[in-house]
Amino acid sequence: MGQIALRNVNKSFGATIIIPNINLDIEDGEFVVFVGPSGCGKSTLLRLIAGLEDTTSGTIQIDGRDVTNEAPAKRKLAMVFQSYALYPHMTVAKNIAFPLKMAGESPEVIDRKVKDAARVLNLTNYLERRPGQLSGGQRQRVAIGRAIVRQPSAFLFDEPLSNLDAALRGTMRLEISELHNQLKTTMIYVTHDQVEAMTMADKIVVLNAGNVEQVGSPLELYNRPKNLFVAGFIGSPKMNLIEGAPAARHGARTIGIRPEHLNASKASGEWKARVGVAEHLGSDTFLHVHADGVGPLTVRAGGEIGLDHGQDVYLTPDLSKLHRFGDDGQAMLAA
Amino acid sequence: MARAVTTQHKTIVTAAAWIVALLIFFPILYTIITSFKSEQEAIQGFNLIPSGTTESYAEVQAQSGYFHFFLNSVILSVGSTILALIIAIPAAWSMAFSPTRRTKDVLMWMLSTKMMPAVAVLFPIYLIFRDTGLLDSRIGLMIMLMLINLPIVVWMLYTYFREIPGEILEAARMDGASLWNEIIYVLTPMAVPGIASTMLLNIILAWNEAFWTIRLTTTEAAPLTAFISSFSSPQGLFWAKLSAASTLAIAPILIMGWFSQKQLVRGLTFGAVK
Repeated sequence: MGQIALRNVNKSFGATIIIPNINLDIEDGEFVVFVGPSGCGKSTLLRLIAGLEDTTSGTIQIDGRDVTNEAPAKRKLAMVFQSYALYPHMTVAKNIAFPLKMAGESPEVIDRKVKDAARVLNLTNYLERRPGQLSGGQRQRVAIGRAIVRQPSAFLFDEPLSNLDAALRGTMRLEISELHNQLKTTMIYVTHDQVEAMTMADKIVVLNAGNVEQVGSPLELYNRPKNLFVAGFIGSPKMNLIEGAPAARHGARTIGIRPEHLNASKASGEWKARVGVAEHLGSDTFLHVHADGVGPLTVRAGGEIGLDHGQDVYLTPDLSKLHRFGDDGQAMLAA
Repeated sequence: MARAVTTQHKTIVTAAAWIVALLIFFPILYTIITSFKSEQEAIQGFNLIPSGTTESYAEVQAQSGYFHFFLNSVILSVGSTILALIIAIPAAWSMAFSPTRRTKDVLMWMLSTKMMPAVAVLFPIYLIFRDTGLLDSRIGLMIMLMLINLPIVVWMLYTYFREIPGEILEAARMDGASLWNEIIYVLTPMAVPGIASTMLLNIILAWNEAFWTIRLTTTEAAPLTAFISSFSSPQGLFWAKLSAASTLAIAPILIMGWFSQKQLVRGLTFGAVK
């Protein structure tokens, strides 16, 4: 079981308020991603759940049990750190065995579980090595191994992939998702990378300055962002946000349109624009254009569009996919 | 051509380095050479080839009993080091792992005590030792040596402990380790190399300390420093015997230093070459 509930959780360091007031429910077995820009309080929130930081006020419940004042060791959670935090003086086998040893398991049980974990994570040949003799990806796997052997009620990941190179990050992302499918244990994953959030999460929690901006499935956030912050943060390339006359025409302060919802044509369209940079990715072309009376826009066009710097293009927004935001930055209901 | 210049340059630098090293080492070498001379030879003037007699050693031993002083040196240096570690480990620990706004100031204050000339407090300390009956006692001197070196021990350990990443301790906490298990299985093994080199350096510092050891002892607690100085005494200078005594005093620490050079270098350069 791994159901986690935060009730009016508040955290401040001295006079600095990191997390003003958070209420959040995480269901058993869910893969939840906390995402937000650096300094938004996502890591602090994770550390509050882990028990590595004390909550200033509010309660944290795990499986209905109030653990707000319990030591990290008593919460039955496992954590994977950004720096891996392996014990440098222990072999891989001893690192993975450590939580079991602390739990007082018998040597036979420890041996079996360590071997199982090593097999799952492809570490069998490295069991007698020290962390210093492993590559970044292998170290991360050891850290994950150390987390899975104790069968925690939830896993906490604190930006676990940010020290890896791009290729390895992609592979590890898949491995963690697969692990979640196998174990079906609650996972809370902190990242500043919205691609990681979109690809891995069942549920994304978007944080900004300690506040929850929106909670929902990746597609919910993508299709129905509640406010400008979420609209701008989720999606790559970013949603185009347009103010002024074009927005006023739709009765909004700001309108948002995703790059793929702008239809590009060489012949005719609503907005005339000039191509600044064209990024040809093969399958897609990202056009960074400047539209007359609208401003800079990003357009996702087909791979065969055949447009380059300095050429004119006509753009037509798909009005059914238009997002409208009011003066307060909140999404407006369809008119 | 470029290569030839490099080789020549290298030879010159190497030769210069050897000359400087020999110059620095020469006093010690000459002390050892002189210790194998007879008293007659020793006062005759500069001579690098001794007759090889060991009569000075025999006489020094017969006159003062080297072993008594050696034992005191061992007890004082090891004892004061252990005392210093007992106090410094928790102090450095708390400053490294739960620093406050004043931690840096406290560290600076500790270091500042090393800037005071020792002679400035000679009288008060001598009087305190006299009145408390600590003069010429091993305990008294052990406490004195411990206090002298404590700032350095705290500083060294502090820099070592600071190197241990906090996340590893948090990982241990998450893994279910109690505070005690955290100390036994994670902290101590990671800190042992740091503690060991601090210990070695402090033993050497305490072994070589001459200001207080000579002034606060007479016979009972006198270590090798006092043993050496007793040979430049009212009877006049006996170069060969003085050299023999000096050689005997530096030999143990030289041997220990030789075997532990790796730890010592690491200890001394720690923090400087990160």
